[in-house]
Amino acid sequence: MAQGAITDTTGPAGYGDASSGKNYLNAEKGFLSWVTTVDHKRIGMMYLASVLTAFLLGGLMALVLRLELMKPGKQFLTADQYNQAFTLHGALMVFLFIIPAIPGSLGNFLVPIMVGAKDVAFPKLNLLSIYLYWSGAVFMFASLLIGGIDTGWTFYTPYSSTTSTAVISVTFGAFILGFSSILTGLNFIVTIHKLRAPGITWFKMPLLLWALYATSVVQILATPVLAITLLLLIFERAFSIGIFDPRLGGDPVLFQHFFWFYSHPAVYIMILPGMGIINELIAVHAKRTVFGYKAIAYSSMAIALIGFLVWGHHMFVAGQSELAATIFSFLTFLVAIPSGVKVFNWVSTLWKGSISYTTPMMYAISFLFLFTIGGLTGIFLGMLSVNMHLTDTYFVVAHFHYVMMGGTVIAFIGGLHHWWPKMTGRMYDETVGKIACALVFVGFNATFFVQFILGSRGMPRRYYNYLDQFQPLHAFSTVGSWILGAGLVLVAWNLIRSITKGAIAPANPWGGLSLEWETASPPITENFAETPILKHGPYDYFPAGSKH
Amino acid sequence: MSTVDEATTPKAGLSPQFHVAHHFDKADTQFDAGRMGVWLFLVTEVLFFGGLFCAFAVFRAWYFDAFVEAHHHLDKVMGGVNTVVLICSSLTMALAVRSAQTNNKKATVALLLVTLLCAAVFLCIKYVEYSHKFHEGLLPGKYFTAAGFTTGNKAGIFFAVYFMMTGVHGLHVVIGMGLITWILVRAAKGQFSSRYYAPVEGVGLYWHLVDLVWIYLFPLLYLIG
Repeated sequence: MAQGAITDTTGPAGYGDASSGKNYLNAEKGFLSWVTTVDHKRIGMMYLASVLTAFLLGGLMALVLRLELMKPGKQFLTADQYNQAFTLHGALMVFLFIIPAIPGSLGNFLVPIMVGAKDVAFPKLNLLSIYLYWSGAVFMFASLLIGGIDTGWTFYTPYSSTTSTAVISVTFGAFILGFSSILTGLNFIVTIHKLRAPGITWFKMPLLLWALYATSVVQILATPVLAITLLLLIFERAFSIGIFDPRLGGDPVLFQHFFWFYSHPAVYIMILPGMGIINELIAVHAKRTVFGYKAIAYSSMAIALIGFLVWGHHMFVAGQSELAATIFSFLTFLVAIPSGVKVFNWVSTLWKGSISYTTPMMYAISFLFLFTIGGLTGIFLGMLSVNMHLTDTYFVVAHFHYVMMGGTVIAFIGGLHHWWPKMTGRMYDETVGKIACALVFVGFNATFFVQFILGSRGMPRRYYNYLDQFQPLHAFSTVGSWILGAGLVLVAWNLIRSITKGAIAPANPWGGLSLEWETASPPITENFAETPILKHGPYDYFPAGSKH
Repeated sequence: MSTVDEATTPKAGLSPQFHVAHHFDKADTQFDAGRMGVWLFLVTEVLFFGGLFCAFAVFRAWYFDAFVEAHHHLDKVMGGVNTVVLICSSLTMALAVRSAQTNNKKATVALLLVTLLCAAVFLCIKYVEYSHKFHEGLLPGKYFTAAGFTTGNKAGIFFAVYFMMTGVHGLHVVIGMGLITWILVRAAKGQFSSRYYAPVEGVGLYWHLVDLVWIYLFPLLYLIG
């Protein structure tokens, strides 16, 4: 790998004392040592295993759904089973996978190391956070045994307060998961404020930390509103208190306002960490100083803040006033500005960089295409007149899958490859990694691009049956889902295989400059043998004073 | 875990049992982090109650007449006494933090006991109020059976909001009593000093927020028409 002038300044594992052969993985052994650990790296790995399990189950459900939709009419699921399957697919993917995925796994692992600390500010709360995650998961899965849930992941009233399915179990699970999410966010904010090592000023932090900081702000400010909303919904179902029930004078639209006041900002809980990962992947694998560091940092904060003011764009047809709809539409367009700032800065960072086409870089480039499509179609949907036609169609389904899967999941997998050597101490196979990335990219587009077309032609979302004219595109999408599934299986095979068969990873396989690359792979339990002192910024890829 | 930090940390004023957590460079950083954590937690509490205040505002605007009629059925005297009780408990809590800071163990323990007592009095009065409401059928939504209301069952929405707000607040009082008991025991064991009083301060902040929520609940539910 061409590292040029920087090789001398980084050196191998400056602060990682690997001489003893001890690291955070083998320092202690046994099941108990894991479930009682307060080490942020171990908690991160437990989160990783947990969220990937949720991703696997949610993904299998998606494959089943696509198979059912291959032809109109019944294939092998009844209409009720179909409703339950898409609801659980959505609830699993949102609450158990994508919200905790990056902050819980890579975030927990990397935040303390990147700021040069030994742990997050509140390690015991961090452990509590994953216990809460597991408890919430139990309540979610328990719903399967007591009748499933068929409301859609949005739990809209009055249907959710009247259906006979297990709404309370799933919403209580989501309620608990909210506390887990809050604890993670709280920990990151305090860690970034109070535990930065000497020399790591705010603008010398890796941009992933800015993204996770912005994410944490949203987690802290939005999640409590979901908590009270779900609590009210549970009481509505259990005791018919009437707040959301129109028969008793309540207001179902109020539920939607409350729900989206959380769930729209939650969209930024999902995408901001992905954006943060992309910064690292592009800068490190293009060996190039990030273009517009401050613009990217501030745009993360701007997205987090504007994200709180756009929830009404989920409700354009739900009966809000024209004035409110117009304002929400305008504010929705505003979010495009900081998002655009990021995309332009990433592309500018690539420009004249020495790009190595490693697997992480392939994912970063995939992200640039897919996120841009997902983001721009969001602008279509934010436009009032267009929204009237596209709302609740497959266009919306395609849009958010392009952002969530094409954006966040692609970034997550890219980041997983990037930091895999650091986390496990092993290198995955590059060739297999790239083939898998290509399969995921092709499969993803085959699955979801046609859904834009389906939606624009009037195919409603969440429908069990459909008109014959939509069949070829549905079949195309289903075949795409197989390619996507095969790609993801290959990713999993490649990573898991590397744990036993992969080459031993050096401390700094990519020539990265942020602190995690200055400790051993995998790091020692204390992260650094001594408190690190920052010698260079995370993106100082050109020798000082030289012009490229 | 590593004890390197402690060797380099001035531990003046800290009891021998106190250990700086291994991932903090010095005790003050640990206290700062804890304080910030508590404040951030309070932010989440404000947002949590914020949803209920929002629901109150929406339904009061919709069903103004029903809200006016229903609020006359709340006991202003009991609500008022409870307000005074909670304000007093906030004072004793603030004084308890102060006495912990000045190494006055006896006063800390006594003041925390009074705070705990106030919280218990609050809950007892709340219990009496709730019993009356249950007895008269002044209940949320479907269970609203009180006779003689000119505004019909819309008052059920008022009582839904009333029970959710005061119920969630009451739960916070119960949790607060648990936390106060915890620091009371620790104070009695002499674990706090002018250098280390962070748990007393943190619980104090939480308790002030619980009081503050009631300071808003009382006029909104009991007093304004």
